[in-house]
Amino acid sequence: MKRKSRFLMIVGILGFTFLYAPILSLVIFSFNESQLVTVWGGFSTKWYGELFRDPQILDAAWVSVRIALASATLSVVIGTVASFVLIRFQRFRSKTLLSMMITAPLVMPEVIIGLSLLLMFVAMEGLIGWPGGRGILTIIIAHSTFGAAYAAVIIQSRLVDMDLSIEEAALDLGARPVRVFFDVTLPVIAPALMSGWLLAFTLSLDDLVIASFVSGPGASTLPMVIFSKVRLGVSPDVNALAAIIIGVASLGIIVAALQVNRSNKMSQS
Amino acid sequence: MSEAISMSDARPWADPTAAPFLQIKNVTKKFGDFTSVYDVSLDIYKGEIFCLLGGSGCGKSTLLRMLSGFETPTSGQIIIDGQDQAGIAPYDRPTNMMFQSYALFPHMTVEKNIAYGLKRDGLPKAEIAKRVSDILSLVQMDGFAKRKPNQLSGGQRQRVALARSLVKKPKLLLLDEPLGALDKKLREETQFELIKIQESLGVTFVVVTHDQEEAMTLSSRIGVMTAGEIVQVGTPREIYEYPRNRFVADFIGSVNIFEGRIAEDGESHVIVASHEAGLDIYVPHSISGVIGQKVAVAVRPEKVQISKGDLGNLRNKLTGTIDEIAYMGDASVYQIRLDNGKRLRVTQTNLTRSEESTLNYGDRVNLGWDGSAGVVVTS
Repeated sequence: MKRKSRFLMIVGILGFTFLYAPILSLVIFSFNESQLVTVWGGFSTKWYGELFRDPQILDAAWVSVRIALASATLSVVIGTVASFVLIRFQRFRSKTLLSMMITAPLVMPEVIIGLSLLLMFVAMEGLIGWPGGRGILTIIIAHSTFGAAYAAVIIQSRLVDMDLSIEEAALDLGARPVRVFFDVTLPVIAPALMSGWLLAFTLSLDDLVIASFVSGPGASTLPMVIFSKVRLGVSPDVNALAAIIIGVASLGIIVAALQVNRSNKMSQS
Repeated sequence: MSEAISMSDARPWADPTAAPFLQIKNVTKKFGDFTSVYDVSLDIYKGEIFCLLGGSGCGKSTLLRMLSGFETPTSGQIIIDGQDQAGIAPYDRPTNMMFQSYALFPHMTVEKNIAYGLKRDGLPKAEIAKRVSDILSLVQMDGFAKRKPNQLSGGQRQRVALARSLVKKPKLLLLDEPLGALDKKLREETQFELIKIQESLGVTFVVVTHDQEEAMTLSSRIGVMTAGEIVQVGTPREIYEYPRNRFVADFIGSVNIFEGRIAEDGESHVIVASHEAGLDIYVPHSISGVIGQKVAVAVRPEKVQISKGDLGNLRNKLTGTIDEIAYMGDASVYQIRLDNGKRLRVTQTNLTRSEESTLNYGDRVNLGWDGSAGVVVTS
């Protein structure tokens, strides 16, 4: 019994090493003094300083953050509406089809999503003149398509668990349906909205492929800038940037997980 | 307890001039092909605690949800205090409901939960605060105003839910299995408190329950439901002592049923020739049946006398053998096998304290019940 648990522990350590050693080495090397990425030359934070003096990186970061904020918000709104249609409405004919379709972006290759969105934007511009050209707006729309899918999955699971009699109680006590939604439903599903938003935000910050398809001149996201820099050879400031992104993403995921955990505890009561 | 209430209210249902407070007229509810409630008509009077009693799926909860406005009757009418409720949304009805799951708002404190309905009515802050604290002390939850529902025990949540549904002083309070989630001891205490609160506020209660004991203790009258229909309406005593049919007799308490045919139907008595009892059973009330019609006689276990000796002057007498004895403390339950194989249940109160029972397994015993103990049930 004891040997078995030691075996499991070794497997566990190996697994985590496999997953996190590259990330850890990246973070360590971001504090490297040396110009060469793979040779340790002593501790330094100079690449972080370098990073904050590079206008190209700063611009791209600001573009990425704006896109992520907007698309995460849009994703949560669309995801909430879709979840309500799928969970709360009585069975309708195309319900199963619709619930499968909403999760399609989760499994569809990014290249295909990017390409099809690009074709759609071009066609729309020709037909109705909107969106005029490609840039931040088209990336926001594109990121919302898959962000909404993730948000919908999270919000749906929360809605399924929600005790409908809470809403009925509010109605019974004299609140009209719109009031009930804002007073009772929204606060109860708020943790799911929060974690859906954080997930969509992180995914938007991450995305390279779709953004590359639908972006235009002057709208380079951070991953796009990193990718083009790396093609010219990895410079140590990219390590520093990556370390910052990892920090932000981890923080987002931890907060989202805590939210879900807390809301589970509350609904168990 | 229930008896006392019905006496003080002078039994309004027995008074032909009294106007019912809640009228349910020929209400039917269908979900697709399934008929959940079928042609239910009920008159409920002011100040009553009326229990809808039935097994799960009998339509009692659906009926309650139609009263609160969450379901719309397929046909029929619901009139509360003279006002037809058709087309009136739940938030405009003069009813409040206490939900089976309590349905407390998890993100609000006890205080905010209770104040929610009052705020919707736009009452001034000072009055809301006063009414919340009044109702909290009525349900003995004074110290808990700032707690969240998940910091309360089941019994405390039940009190908060009751307070929240009472604080708006509804004309009609609907309670869906109000004590279902409580353990037996707490349930018994709460039953009496509920009656006390109801008396002090004078609100009319309609309670849905599957627990016959709860219905017996709480209600002024009980409506027994099965398969979407009301089979009998009456005071707990009427329902228990004079069940209209076998279902009611069986559902409320336990009962011995003897099948037979009508042998004699007199002015004030019936004689049922029962092959199951091997006896002509005398019942001192008349029924409207024909000679030879198949009927059954229901006798409650506690009304059957049991003795090894002579039972004296009883109308209906049998002999049998004791098969099983269950000692319950306050009473003992005997399973008796008659010579023809029919089994019988007899309950005896343990009047004297003794270490050994005078009756034992395998004893031959005489059984008997007085004429008035039996009741003829049809179907």
